[in-house]
Amino acid sequence: MSPTLQFFLIVSAALFCIGLLAALSRRHAIFILIGIEMMLAAAGLNFIAFWRFGSESQQSTGVMVAIFAIAIAAAEAAVGLALVLAVYRHYRTTNVDKLDQLKG
Amino acid sequence: MNTAAFIIIAVLTLSAALAAATLPQLIHATLAFAVAFIGVAAFYFLLGAEFVGLVQVFIYVGAVAVLIVFTILLTRRDPEKDHGFNWTGVIIAILVFGGLVWSILKTPAVAIGAPKIEALTVKRIGETLMTDYVWPLQCVGVLLTAALIGALILVMEEKR
Repeated sequence: MSPTLQFFLIVSAALFCIGLLAALSRRHAIFILIGIEMMLAAAGLNFIAFWRFGSESQQSTGVMVAIFAIAIAAAEAAVGLALVLAVYRHYRTTNVDKLDQLKG
Repeated sequence: MNTAAFIIIAVLTLSAALAAATLPQLIHATLAFAVAFIGVAAFYFLLGAEFVGLVQVFIYVGAVAVLIVFTILLTRRDPEKDHGFNWTGVIIAILVFGGLVWSILKTPAVAIGAPKIEALTVKRIGETLMTDYVWPLQCVGVLLTAALIGALILVMEEKR
């Protein structure tokens, strides 16, 4: 017996929720970025799984979307880490709870 | 598709991801993050998308993990050690996971095995990128250039 689509979807959902946990519960900015990257990877895994198990597998749409998602995630990581560096330079902290200057 | 390989890769990926989300030391978490992404690439190989798996290893393990390590080194003199942990996030994540698993198990259309398909070669991926997906490709090129310039401007030292 080989794994069905459900197993891949459940693993992808677990990866998404671990990323959500990292993004929501950690207070360090780099941990939040790691969590967002994990959520994007879970979405890419879903795209590839649906492409592989879909009936029109001759089409390459799923693979193309996954490649574009990886490229956009790389751009997001570069800009996010640059933001962390810029914030660190101004506030001397990477704790996102300390960045409350706009708070009323 | 091999069930044993699936179970091994799933356990490896999810435990590494959990370690990346919960380890207190940032550098350990980054290492676990790289392992988790190697696991995701192994899933891509298992599903027959070898090119995407290779791209995943090159970009995430090769570039993004190194970028994160550099950022950790540059923000090292953070005086505050304990960054705290918000338990509401754990509850929300478990609730979302429960909802997702419930909806996956309740959908009969996803309980299917893999059909036999012909392998998608790199040649065909390249041809499709240059014909059907040429406009998205150009847009991603512009986006990557803009992200590069934006990141440079963000971290540039201000002239005094």
